[in-house]
Amino acid sequence: MTTAYSDDGGAHGVAIGDTRARWVARHPLASLIIAIVVVFLLWLILAPWPLGFTQVFGSKRLFVTALFNGITLGGLYFFVASGFTLIFGLMRNINLAHGSLYLFGGYIGYEITQWTGSWLFSYVVAFVCCGIIGVAMQVLIFRRMEGQDLRQTLVTLALSIIFSDLMLWIWGGNAYQIDAPDYLYGPLPTPIVVFVRSNGHAIFLRYPSVRIAIFLAAVVIGVAMWLIINRTRIGTMIRAGVDDRDMLSVLGYRVQLIFVLVFAFGAGLAGMGGIVGGTFQSISLGEDTHFLLASLQVVIVGGMGSIPGAALGALIIGCAEQFGQVYFQHYAVMGTFVIMVLVLAIRPQGLLGKR
Amino acid sequence: MALTQTTEPEQFGLEPAQRTTAFARWVAENWLLLLLGLLLLLLPAVAGEFVLTQIVGWSLDLGLIALSLMLLAGYGGMVSLVQMTVASVAGYTLTILGASSITAISLFWPWWVAAPLAIAVAVLFGAFAGILSARTEGIYTIMITLAIAAAFFYLTLQNYAIFNGFNGFTRIPAPKFWGIDWNEAVPLYYLILFFAAVGYLVVFYISRAAFGLALQGVRDNPRRMEAIGYNVTAHRVAAYAFAALIAGVGGILMVWLNHQISPGTAGIQATIYLLVVAVVGGVSHPIGAFVGAFIFVLLRTFALDALIAVGLDGRRFQLLIGIGFLIIMLFSPDGVVGLWRRWAARVRGNGNGERNVS
Repeated sequence: MTTAYSDDGGAHGVAIGDTRARWVARHPLASLIIAIVVVFLLWLILAPWPLGFTQVFGSKRLFVTALFNGITLGGLYFFVASGFTLIFGLMRNINLAHGSLYLFGGYIGYEITQWTGSWLFSYVVAFVCCGIIGVAMQVLIFRRMEGQDLRQTLVTLALSIIFSDLMLWIWGGNAYQIDAPDYLYGPLPTPIVVFVRSNGHAIFLRYPSVRIAIFLAAVVIGVAMWLIINRTRIGTMIRAGVDDRDMLSVLGYRVQLIFVLVFAFGAGLAGMGGIVGGTFQSISLGEDTHFLLASLQVVIVGGMGSIPGAALGALIIGCAEQFGQVYFQHYAVMGTFVIMVLVLAIRPQGLLGKR
Repeated sequence: MALTQTTEPEQFGLEPAQRTTAFARWVAENWLLLLLGLLLLLLPAVAGEFVLTQIVGWSLDLGLIALSLMLLAGYGGMVSLVQMTVASVAGYTLTILGASSITAISLFWPWWVAAPLAIAVAVLFGAFAGILSARTEGIYTIMITLAIAAAFFYLTLQNYAIFNGFNGFTRIPAPKFWGIDWNEAVPLYYLILFFAAVGYLVVFYISRAAFGLALQGVRDNPRRMEAIGYNVTAHRVAAYAFAALIAGVGGILMVWLNHQISPGTAGIQATIYLLVVAVVGGVSHPIGAFVGAFIFVLLRTFALDALIAVGLDGRRFQLLIGIGFLIIMLFSPDGVVGLWRRWAARVRGNGNGERNVS
């Protein structure tokens, strides 16, 4: 079973637009449906809603806010799940301690922002701290049980139990909120009309700027990861390792070094995700399982071991959660679950995963 | 996957001389088991209510649920994290159809309607989880079953109409029939012991029966089994359904034993602890599930006092469990049963001590 980070064209250096055009030509019906959905969504977001629409679906403000919350939550999920999927793609072990790394990053971020007052600096510290833990896990434990993926996964489970209790010991059961810096404080006006008053005065949506900034950061990181993996030498090595680890090692590349790097990077991303989560919502005990499960769902839906899949999955799961909370309160969980079941039934390898 | 590759001594296909030693070994092992059975049967004569229900009874019941995981992980190579959920599905169904203090939800049907229906629902649920995860291989199973378990947990937590949300159900009575009140400690203990013994024997039988052997073949090499004409997915789903039967019975006994059920019963932590129980005990032999459960229950009951006695914080139970699990995974991936086997082999000095080391 192999997984790849890019579509075939990317691997051979062919322009991506080309492969996309080929995909459209090969799947005319699917492309048409996607196009219609996209146009409809754009209309929903940009146009003022007709009255009948509002009566059925509630106010447009509710819908657009849920959508934005979903997309930004997807950005947060991407932070966590992309490292998870990267580690899984290369090492074939499921890092069940990934949620703990997220939570640890959040606590570290809280301490550092409290101590130095610098929100951005806390990202660096959290990345480094969680990266070091990742390196330690890889060097001290996983290297000893090379190729035994189930045993490695159970070890990560044991570590997650230990970490979560240690964090309970240190930080207690309280929830911590990380304060965003002043320049990201407060709402940002957007050019989206949510409501037109009877006197013709349009009301625009105002949205927390910190969420927008973080979503943009997630996009930047996603694109950077994609570029590194598809356009650089180390990325080529990672992709080769995903496809055939043994052959890469036979060719004389230092697979162990790549493993350590990827593990450190994935763990560091999870730690940064913790700060993002602490700024978005709050950091408390139990969030580790929450984000581990979110990562699982994202990866199952998006495709196991695929970075674009993680992005798509994160968007879908994030939106499904937010819309579920707004429109079907008591069955919100079932929304993401049904999506997961559908994907597993139709494409067990995930939407963008490869067999 | 070293964890699931058992190295059971093959009973057939051996030379006659070897067969006698194999038979002797079999007797030696069963002699211990028979003694254990006798002890368990006679326990109510000496033990008080607390030991009977909260320690041994709960160990046997937890062991029964862990046994369903052992069947899937040990013989099928599928580490399913959904077994505690299956048990909880049975428990919740029994409570919703049967009696509880929440009169607005419970339907108060007689137990002999509610219990079989609850088991049937659990089997359907288990088979459904099996269908979802059996199409993918190995390591994905953990991921998918964990996601299913989490979905059920959050559903019970959020939903008040059917599952009564965070509070769950309390004061669920065990039934009264044959003139016996099964809420009493001794009858309940014997009921649990009976089902635990039946579960153990059935799983042990299955490991030698055609279905179990085929399942172990699927575990070791699904592609080859497919090639000889076995339906791999059907075997896996059937294993899930059968494991759900065991877990469902365990779930009903659990509700009768604890008289309550809440989302925590099916929680992520409970799910993970069940895996810890099965793995620490050892998934290569059915007895491992019960051994693991007994160790776990002892730890859970006495860790608080023990930790305080050595001057540590009594709340660090979770840390203890985690470290114990880590040590077992690092040094004896086939659990206590594997340790025992190696130790026994070393004592016997037949040089087989390293057979189970992976």
